[in-house]
Amino acid sequence: MDGRVDVRKTYKLFIGGAFPRSESGRTYAVEDTKGRFLANASLASRKDARDAVVAARGAQPKWWAATAYNRGQILYRVAEMLEGRRGQFEEEVASAEGISSRRATATVDAAIDRWVWYAGWSDKIAQVLGSSNPVAGPYFTFSVPQPTGVVAAIASQRSSLLGLVSAVAPIIVGGNTCVVVAAEDRPLPAITLAEVLATSDLPGGVVNILTGRPAEIGPWLASHADVNALDLTGVEDDALATEMAVDAAVNVKRVLARPRKAPDWFDAPGLDRLRSFVETTTVWHPIGV
Amino acid sequence: MTFEYAPAPESRAVVDIASHFGLFIGGEFVEPIDGASFKTVNPATEEALAEVSEAGATDVDRAVRAARTAYRTTWSRLPGSERAKYLFRIARIIQERSRELAVLETLDNGKPIRESRDIDLPLTAAHFFYHAGWADKLEYAGLGAQPRPYGVAGQIVPWNFPLLMLAWKIAPALATGNTVVLKPAETTPLTALAFADICQQADLPPGVVNIITGGPTTGRLLVEHPDVDKIAFTGSTEVGKQIQRAVAGTRKGLTLELGGKAANIVFDDAPIDEAIEGIVNGIFFNQGHVCCAGSRLLVQESVVDEVLDGLKRRLATMRLGDPLDKNTDIGAINSAEQRARIDDLVRSGDAEGAERWSAPCEIPERGWWYPPTIFTGVTQAHRVAREEIFGPVLSVLTFRTPDEAVEKANNTPYGLSAGVWTEKGSRSLWVASRLRAGVIWANTFNRFDPAAPFGGFKESGFGREGGRQGLASYLRTESE
Repeated sequence: MDGRVDVRKTYKLFIGGAFPRSESGRTYAVEDTKGRFLANASLASRKDARDAVVAARGAQPKWWAATAYNRGQILYRVAEMLEGRRGQFEEEVASAEGISSRRATATVDAAIDRWVWYAGWSDKIAQVLGSSNPVAGPYFTFSVPQPTGVVAAIASQRSSLLGLVSAVAPIIVGGNTCVVVAAEDRPLPAITLAEVLATSDLPGGVVNILTGRPAEIGPWLASHADVNALDLTGVEDDALATEMAVDAAVNVKRVLARPRKAPDWFDAPGLDRLRSFVETTTVWHPIGV
Repeated sequence: MTFEYAPAPESRAVVDIASHFGLFIGGEFVEPIDGASFKTVNPATEEALAEVSEAGATDVDRAVRAARTAYRTTWSRLPGSERAKYLFRIARIIQERSRELAVLETLDNGKPIRESRDIDLPLTAAHFFYHAGWADKLEYAGLGAQPRPYGVAGQIVPWNFPLLMLAWKIAPALATGNTVVLKPAETTPLTALAFADICQQADLPPGVVNIITGGPTTGRLLVEHPDVDKIAFTGSTEVGKQIQRAVAGTRKGLTLELGGKAANIVFDDAPIDEAIEGIVNGIFFNQGHVCCAGSRLLVQESVVDEVLDGLKRRLATMRLGDPLDKNTDIGAINSAEQRARIDDLVRSGDAEGAERWSAPCEIPERGWWYPPTIFTGVTQAHRVAREEIFGPVLSVLTFRTPDEAVEKANNTPYGLSAGVWTEKGSRSLWVASRLRAGVIWANTFNRFDPAAPFGGFKESGFGREGGRQGLASYLRTESE
């Protein structure tokens, strides 16, 4: 040590494009996998979850009204920003997940590439999931994918960056907005990702990130009447996953169930996640002179 | 000017209804082990048509086991091209027997023969024909290289389009390689039981389709059976939520097609005469027993008088009565219970201060009926503007600007369908892009086709039926 005291970061929540502390005033100590103190993270409350839903709902119409080309460019911009700060992510992911620096580098590579992959999807979704429908009558009929609305996601509790990106990107690329609960014990890369999102031209409120306990915040999101869909990927407790799936019926939420076996986030993502948060609207119009 | 119509009844002679029906399990009709039965009634005459078995727990289990065995031993081993031929066969037999099935549907359901003959039956056959062609082309459906069926599908259908809803469920399930246990609605089991006979005529392998009749308890037993892999339900939002809760925490697939409170938006530049026909078709088709019915009419303020005058004039010519009469426009309400529900909501409209107008039609002495009814002076807070009535009752609201129309149209927990009437193409596309609804009819209403995906947003359910998109409801995708 040459005597300089480094300036440490305060980790807060990410709601509506801003970085508030939890309104509850609570924090929790985050340690690395060897039990060494890393930082205090905000312990999000029910009120924070509700504020995040309000922000997500407010942002959704405008985000969906943006052109697909525009959304694609913004997702690509996220990849650019992430690439520029990759050193910081490699360090944080390595200490959060207790993995080698080589593995951490590969993880950050994959997270950046995932943004690029989804960026390219934005203006393909309608052509791949939509259709023109050859009905038996004089009508022009077509079906277009539309966003489900506000999606609440419990992100992977293990893969602190790649798992999080793999949850968020397929939700927002099609015009949804989201409230995502980061890995409880490994939340720091999520908040650093929020700093990337905040500087990528992504409108405030499109992605809202909460740190804290899925078991505490999850049920409030699952039963929230202004949340349209629920991603249970990161819920590791069977009873909690079932409770949240039951709560989701209050307003007929779409539920992406927890995968049967823990996902390998390096695998090619496929379209399942993206498709889970897409609705189809079929439009009919008569043909005639 | 009034026209006198001579009665023009369709002949009942084409149907021969057995006095008693067992359950269709494993390719044959069997008596229920649990032994209960109930009567199905013609809602236009209150006459009992037949005695139908009520499947209990043992019967449901037997049906699921038959479906599982058929899935394991025959259906999952059959190439798609062979499955397809069974579906084409079924489509053809439905076409051949369509008059008989139309009459049977009208007797059991109360809908006008004109509708069962010209809409329900042709669409039923078309649904099997369309999905037959998919059976050997699933790898082109955009669901991965090797999409897999769930296995055994438990399906529950409502009473408003009994045979058509059966087709919407069974055709895609079989095409994608699933076997099924289907429960028709308690009040309309007869065409599903006739469909069992069609499966026999088609030599469909035993157990691929099982039909179990019964009420809510039978439905619950089917939903909760541990060996069912997929549940598909069409019915009320209330029951849909119960099913979603029951399925939570299991690995069962689920699709729900639930209620609606569709807005039918009429702009001042709409072709008014066509719009009036569309409004009538939107809410009075099938006595308003349609989940996607255009039950909230949103009219631009400047044309509200013109639209209402035309609408009332048109409704005064509607003919309510014998559903088997080919001139009948409005048939019977399906059950006394449903009639009471409609009546309850109409009374709430009166009590909350909306103004009621009913078409002047003669109500037959026997059976259950409801005249076409319009409420004006309705606000968004009224129950008749918020709750699904599922009857021939239209609530009229007004708007001034396109933004207001869209906001009012979306102001509902439902999101099944909507209509928009305007001569301006850019405007209907603008409205369509902003409505949160699964089906949008522009300058038309209540059109259906097996190639056009159908299903809801929000509390109208999830999953689609029909089209390439509908196949996803019966196939496990890559990661599952």
